[in-house]
Amino acid sequence: MTLPTTASGHKGLQLEQGLIFEQDTPGMTAVDLPSLPTSKQRLGDMNRNGPIGLPGLSEPEVVRHYTRLSQKNYSIDSGFYPLGSCTMKHNPRLNEKMARLPGFAEIHPFQPVSTAQGAMELIDTCARWLTELTGMAAVAMSPAAGAHGEFCGLMCIHAAHDANGQSQRKVIIVPESAHGTNPATAALCGYTVESIPANAEGRVDIADLRAKLKEHGDTVAAVMITNPNTCGLFERECIEIADAVHAAGAYFYMDGANFNAIVGRLRIADLGVDAMHINLHKTFSTPHGGGGPGAGPTVLSAKLAPFAPVPMVVKAGEGYVSEEHAGYGTAKQALGRMKGYHGQFGVFVRALSYMMSMGVDGLKQASGDAVLNANYLMARLSAELTPAFAGPCMHECVFDDRFLKGTGVTTLDIAKALIDEGFHPPTMYFPLVVHGALLIEPTETESKQALDQFVTSLLSLARKAKEGRAAEFQAAPQLSPRRRLDETKAARRPILRWTPSATDGAKQAAE
Amino acid sequence: MRYLPLSEANRRDMLAQIGVASVDELFRDLPKKALAAAQFDLPRTMSEIEVERALGVMAAKNMNCATSAAFLGCGNYRHHTPASADYLIQRGEFLTAYTPYQPEISQGTLQAIFEFQTQVALITGMEIANASMYDGATACAEAVAMACRVTKRSHALVSGRVHPHYHDVAKTQMKFLDVNVECLAPDPYGVEDLIGRVSPDLACVVVQTPGFFGQLSDYTALGEACHKAGVLLVACVTEPVSLGLVKSPGAMGADIVVGEGQSLAGPMTFGGPGVGLFATREKFLRQMPGRLCGETTDEDGRRGWVLTLSTREQHIRREKATSNICTNSGLIALAFSVHMTLLGEAGFTRLAELNHATACDLADKLEGVKGVKLLPSAFFNEFTLALPKPAAGVVEALAKKGVLGGVPVSRFYPTYPELANLLVVCATETNSAEDQVKLVKALNEVLS
Repeated sequence: MTLPTTASGHKGLQLEQGLIFEQDTPGMTAVDLPSLPTSKQRLGDMNRNGPIGLPGLSEPEVVRHYTRLSQKNYSIDSGFYPLGSCTMKHNPRLNEKMARLPGFAEIHPFQPVSTAQGAMELIDTCARWLTELTGMAAVAMSPAAGAHGEFCGLMCIHAAHDANGQSQRKVIIVPESAHGTNPATAALCGYTVESIPANAEGRVDIADLRAKLKEHGDTVAAVMITNPNTCGLFERECIEIADAVHAAGAYFYMDGANFNAIVGRLRIADLGVDAMHINLHKTFSTPHGGGGPGAGPTVLSAKLAPFAPVPMVVKAGEGYVSEEHAGYGTAKQALGRMKGYHGQFGVFVRALSYMMSMGVDGLKQASGDAVLNANYLMARLSAELTPAFAGPCMHECVFDDRFLKGTGVTTLDIAKALIDEGFHPPTMYFPLVVHGALLIEPTETESKQALDQFVTSLLSLARKAKEGRAAEFQAAPQLSPRRRLDETKAARRPILRWTPSATDGAKQAAE
Repeated sequence: MRYLPLSEANRRDMLAQIGVASVDELFRDLPKKALAAAQFDLPRTMSEIEVERALGVMAAKNMNCATSAAFLGCGNYRHHTPASADYLIQRGEFLTAYTPYQPEISQGTLQAIFEFQTQVALITGMEIANASMYDGATACAEAVAMACRVTKRSHALVSGRVHPHYHDVAKTQMKFLDVNVECLAPDPYGVEDLIGRVSPDLACVVVQTPGFFGQLSDYTALGEACHKAGVLLVACVTEPVSLGLVKSPGAMGADIVVGEGQSLAGPMTFGGPGVGLFATREKFLRQMPGRLCGETTDEDGRRGWVLTLSTREQHIRREKATSNICTNSGLIALAFSVHMTLLGEAGFTRLAELNHATACDLADKLEGVKGVKLLPSAFFNEFTLALPKPAAGVVEALAKKGVLGGVPVSRFYPTYPELANLLVVCATETNSAEDQVKLVKALNEVLS
């Protein structure tokens, strides 16, 4: 069957949609406003001259525009999204409803703290869940996302070394398999990065680490390790690693991107961790929203807690106060302020709504099911695919591309073919230490039936590749709203905004 | 548990397939010592109705701006959000998608980002904008870092009319990088001389328009002085609604414009999440932080969008990246963009006019209150008042009368006793004439 061409460019329910700038009716607006009070202007001579160039649309046109755009997106609501290390789990709508309560949504960051005690209580309650689940002394709530939390943790470490007369410590040791934010964050703190390779098992080689610690001696500020790591494996020797790091006078930063695999089972304080960020948008179900907002509260050991950034909520008698200035009171040694206002409050509401719904028992069940789902996929997919490491894995499993050897099909081709099968592809080519990696994270919110459908599709693709049908892959995806896009062209001749001349838009969209 | 689809029978089947007897066996790599030590003093699972009750009680403890007369600004603003905007961003295809790394099945998010980038560039008067930062304060810090990269200098001068949180965040972010972020003293009276301080050792001068204390200033001459010395002018905008009526930073010669988009994106939510706006000139493109969406074509020659120029970013460049940012503020950027689209040129202008007229109306009334002096001569929708007594106490007293009457400057500058009587008051289209009468009456009572 070949698809018919249509005069409209639409294909049934796949509806083409031009840019808002191509739908302009000058003077049109979708927002009616009350009439102006009669007061004299006080703008000085600061009036804008000339038009801005924004298009005018009516409400029905705007609603249709974004509805059609939304239909070009894959989402967890619509299907299985096994994007490794990203934790695409179900986003409960209760969380959205709670965040929209007027008592949370319609409050201002600078209304008197006496009139925002419920907000203080919410932050404090959310903080208590996080410190209790990790066993850590304190939590800095304000970091805006995972990378920002890493930054918070490393800055606390920097401040602690400075306070202890250890300012010569400028080296961060990071495994090669680390997420790119780890070295990028280290650089933001003025640190240099030393990498250590993974061993054949996909884990940190403690002998290598010890050698590296010895080599750099008293210049090592911290060791940053993701655990479970980016190969989906738990660093078994975590406690020994922590001991070695501490013996070297350095701090142990654990990247908590994969905390969802172990939540409710152990406390990271019992592993010897000094700092860890928690991605509320991963472990605690707040929506990714097409790229944020997230939140990256960072739990800290007692040694690092005094350096946590402001603001912080402090219990005072029956109520709470907000410590907003570094250098004063309980924030005497605080390293400063990392973000405006009180952090990602709306994300805290959603995360707390989730934690309360799950309860400590539900969270333990969730990490259990997440790990069970990943191991089930690993077991079943190993029929055709080649796992990079021996199991058991934690919340995600990684395959290399040995199974594609000699087929002419690449990991990218498999991913694009999965799109035609109706699935979001797994994370590809990450971690870097696995050749042609496919990193698959099912999460606990997928049913066995959903996993089985995915297995059926992926196994059939693997078999197709091995049967020498490479040509079919190179054309994929064929059934998505767009086929493979020319990324080289986009980078070589960047068009980053609409301009009347730079876009042949309306014409092309109509074709 | 309602969010977990596996049945006990499923779990048994799956364990058999894996070849282990229990889920605990899958966790055998976890240290036994840590497993044994784990104890959590936390509540057990709750039904939806129980969670709603518990959080409802917490929410009700807050005085909220929707049901009280509220005149709060200072970087966070209450505006009316059209019903369709909140509906559209809650469509699951937007809400529950990840960063658009697979462009073939993410064209919705990508096209929306492309439109957002265009809108931000247009209203700020700049050539290009990125796909968003966390918030205005962190965007400001990123602008300082970028100015240092562009100029290869390491000294930033920040005006005393910039939001103090923006100061603080820039200072904190540069703390360990040998960058001197010099913040001038708070300047509610508009007396600081920035042009006189421009020198060729500066990477950038950071200003805010409208200023933190409300006043409008034209920075065109400052921009010219900066450019003569090879210094970048960074302009912060904490109230983007102002750009519907007021001269844009681009028109004043700004090189980088950063801002907070919350005011057009949705509710204040105690200040977060917001959305950082980041716009600049095309010649600085390669030094920009954050994600960028660009236009291209697919294999069939159809127009489409992708994330592009990612060689600047952490997942490719690692320690050499322009920033460590990964997750940004996609959904809030979408909310901002949807609202802007609903407004259009006519609505955006009208909204700005209504804000300004409402604030002027309120200023007229407050100038009639005994002992109250209005500071700025030109403002958009907020202004600073000098009161006859400390503003912090006045605000507490007003709150008891159901009025959130403004933000005391002492909340930001506790060590400046000479600023204790200053109050920043904001009015938007959400403030009715009755609200204003309520504020004036309450203020008269509190000050008498």
